[in-house]
Amino acid sequence: MLRSRYQDIIAQTIVRIMVPFVQIYALYVLAHGHYSPGGGFQGGVILAASLVLIFLVYGYENALERLKLATAGRLCSLGVLIYAGIGFLCLLLGGNFLDYSRLAPIFQVSLPRARSLGILGIETGVALAVMAAMYSIIMDIVNSDTGNGESHAAGHEIENGETSSDGK
Amino acid sequence: MVIRDIIAMILILIGCFFFLTSAIGLLRFPDMFTRMHATGKCDTLAVLLVMTGLIVHHGINLDSFKLLLIVVFIYIANPTATHVLSRAAYRLGMQPWTKDKK
Repeated sequence: MLRSRYQDIIAQTIVRIMVPFVQIYALYVLAHGHYSPGGGFQGGVILAASLVLIFLVYGYENALERLKLATAGRLCSLGVLIYAGIGFLCLLLGGNFLDYSRLAPIFQVSLPRARSLGILGIETGVALAVMAAMYSIIMDIVNSDTGNGESHAAGHEIENGETSSDGK
Repeated sequence: MVIRDIIAMILILIGCFFFLTSAIGLLRFPDMFTRMHATGKCDTLAVLLVMTGLIVHHGINLDSFKLLLIVVFIYIANPTATHVLSRAAYRLGMQPWTKDKK
């Protein structure tokens, strides 16, 4: 449950507006990684940051409603599967690991196009894996810290300490 | 062309001045609330000025639109972050600095 004293209407409204744009920007970084700084890892980290933003402002349970930890684990495995699957597909078709030019006959595209699409494919896998891994690491840290997802219990201690020391 | 460069230069220099004031404020002010007061306002304005200078220098194209997006998101995110931080500090019982009790 979200404690009412930590709800903040301004932060919640802004996060509700911002999160879709953050995620679109993450997809832009992911897809535009060929031509500009960015790529799979960075896009995945920005995606994870949008989820962590939801966790910070809406609380632990609400974030878990968006993406359960079990689903995150499966997404992480799926990302690695996409990466390794494309790599081994190239290996099966007679090339080296991640030799995208061998994919050209399958998808009926030219050689440079096949390389570009292959890179986009593995970047997507990396982004999925990084997003899920970052998200579950942060959620696990928060959960193990306080037992019940009540991440503000530590702050309560500080509150008591601060007020007593200021009263002196 | 030259006039455009001069306008861009002036805007970026004013923006750098505001960045400098926010850094000095962050270092010199006495407690958390006044420090965030300095950085929250000056950084937001400085980003607007520097990005406007870059847009003037660059002309109207896709890159200047991206710079404009940076300004928009800084303008949404920076005041909100300042608000959330100061609210959290206040809720944790941090007393604002006053002149009599240091």
